[in-house]
Amino acid sequence: MSIAETAPTTTTRPAWLALDKIGVLIALVSAAGAALPFALFRANRIVLGEPKSLLAALPAPETTILVAVLLLGFAAALLRFSARIKLTIGFLVLAVLFIFMGWSASYLTPDGDTFARVSPGAGFWILAFAFALLVADALTRLKFGPWQRIAILFAVAAALALLLWSGSWNDLSILKEYSTRAAAFWNEARTHLALAFGSVAIAIVVGVPLGILCYRVKAVRAVVLNTLNIVQTIPSIALFGLLIAPLAWIAANVAGASAIGISGIGTAPALVALFAYSLLPVVSNTVVGLQSVSPAAIDAAKGMGMTGRQRLFGVELPLAFPVILTGIRIVLVQNIGLATIAALIGGGGFGVFVFQGIGQTAMDLVLLGAVPTVALAFAAAVVLDALVEMTSRGGNAP
Amino acid sequence: MKIGLVVRLIVLLLLLAFLVSPQSFAGFFTLLTKNNQPPIYNQGSLLDLTLNHLAIVGIATLAATIIAVGLAILVTRPFGAEFLPLSRSLANIGQTFPPVAVLALAVPMLGFGTAPTLVALFLYGLLPIFENTLTGLSNLPSAVTDAAKGVGMTGWQRLLKVELPLALPVILAGIRLSVVISLATATIGSTVAARTLGEVIIAGLLSGNTAFVLQGGLIVGALAVLIYDALSALERFLMARTGQAGRAAA
Repeated sequence: MSIAETAPTTTTRPAWLALDKIGVLIALVSAAGAALPFALFRANRIVLGEPKSLLAALPAPETTILVAVLLLGFAAALLRFSARIKLTIGFLVLAVLFIFMGWSASYLTPDGDTFARVSPGAGFWILAFAFALLVADALTRLKFGPWQRIAILFAVAAALALLLWSGSWNDLSILKEYSTRAAAFWNEARTHLALAFGSVAIAIVVGVPLGILCYRVKAVRAVVLNTLNIVQTIPSIALFGLLIAPLAWIAANVAGASAIGISGIGTAPALVALFAYSLLPVVSNTVVGLQSVSPAAIDAAKGMGMTGRQRLFGVELPLAFPVILTGIRIVLVQNIGLATIAALIGGGGFGVFVFQGIGQTAMDLVLLGAVPTVALAFAAAVVLDALVEMTSRGGNAP
Repeated sequence: MKIGLVVRLIVLLLLLAFLVSPQSFAGFFTLLTKNNQPPIYNQGSLLDLTLNHLAIVGIATLAATIIAVGLAILVTRPFGAEFLPLSRSLANIGQTFPPVAVLALAVPMLGFGTAPTLVALFLYGLLPIFENTLTGLSNLPSAVTDAAKGVGMTGWQRLLKVELPLALPVILAGIRLSVVISLATATIGSTVAARTLGEVIIAGLLSGNTAFVLQGGLIVGALAVLIYDALSALERFLMARTGQAGRAAA
């Protein structure tokens, strides 16, 4: 269609020597990124930043290398190279950008100055976005299978871990925020994971049987789904807040409740609120999944003389599994994000840094909370999407 | 259905009564306070906050609708076909960004107040509308689009007279999703000093006043349920009008 219309048909030019429409967009974005400040230098943590352009942010030899690599990426985006070449060059440019950002921080920080802060500027973020777009486009075109996608995710995660472990980013502001609160960071990370995964686990244990019940008994279905629909409309901070009072009452009046960690403020109301939000997608996807099992499969199972229970566990649930897993994917990604709000009621998690940072107008502290949250949510989405695809092969999933 | 309508009307009337004259409900909310806390939010008018909340959500959704529908039309035309797979995966990736993170990251660029909230709601609202418009425009019954081509309609005529009207219910479903998410997310905007109903909830959290938390939450919840139902009814009406009663909304 359009690809055929725009591709050269009569000349003998090589296939790659033609403009790529998405490449034009990426090239425009990256040109804007190259013109904007690459890094921000601040004499201390909260004063206004002093922008440093691409040419001023690094010593001359490094600048030359960075500009050369950016030009290479520019060409790779603009021309019709194969997706594999685009992917390789896209990853190369991103790696160089990230490594040089760390070097730029070391270069711009005066020796022995512990107050100075260097953070990535708008130019860095836009360049990173442009080449992430190049990588995303190439990955979409290559249509990798689920295992390959998980492998790429782990490779990227390992590369980032190596970058952080090597210490080349230690002069960047976000890592200075980290180094002064490393213990708290891992503590909140554990709380965040416990909140997100714990609430989803409880939602699965409660939601799947509830979904089966809704599927079997029509009268229950409308009541349960409507109630859960209304729960979803309550804004998350309000739901977190509303659970404080009943849980405080339980802690005060039910023997042993406070001993197992139930209290008005803190992790307990956050966990209950996240659980309440997760229930609707799990229950409704279980119902939809079971409803979409083909009648032929159920008839065949009946014909073989399977009992209701055998049909449920042997036929219906396995066939409905990919749809149920899609529901779990939705709530896991959602709860990783929502768990940040738990910090408002003393529930901990990465939100602690986000809200502290907003309070102190220290944006690097906001990033220290926001970046791991986004990364976790993204990783969870990639892994679960891959799992859904693996389980639905040969199944009946949409 | 009749009972449902009556319940919704009662909810709407209660909501309006509460917004116009919150003090007449003080008796109920006093039950939730302790140590003589004020039962009704006293740092501003609830009606003003509600209108401001709705205005922020309305502006963000309107902007998101224009951009998202425009982009979806662009990538479903032959000219933009190359962008289709990428825009699909970007919409997918974008939805993994938590609203709090979007909000917090908009602050350094825009400062505190309404602006970062508007931007966060706009960006977050784009995705459901874009995805649904895409679904609506690319899942049209081929008999209809072929017929439109057959009678000699140009690309523009097909888009405006056939494709968009047929896709409208699905697009509306996306807008509905986006509005409900935005109504709840706007409350978080109050953590960066936007004047929304979140102010009431946060004031309640800070002073340990459950009455504040409950009234803020109830107003937002009631608004969300009513708007959700009104838009669903509009979708059903449009479905019936375009003779697609059998097609399920995405």
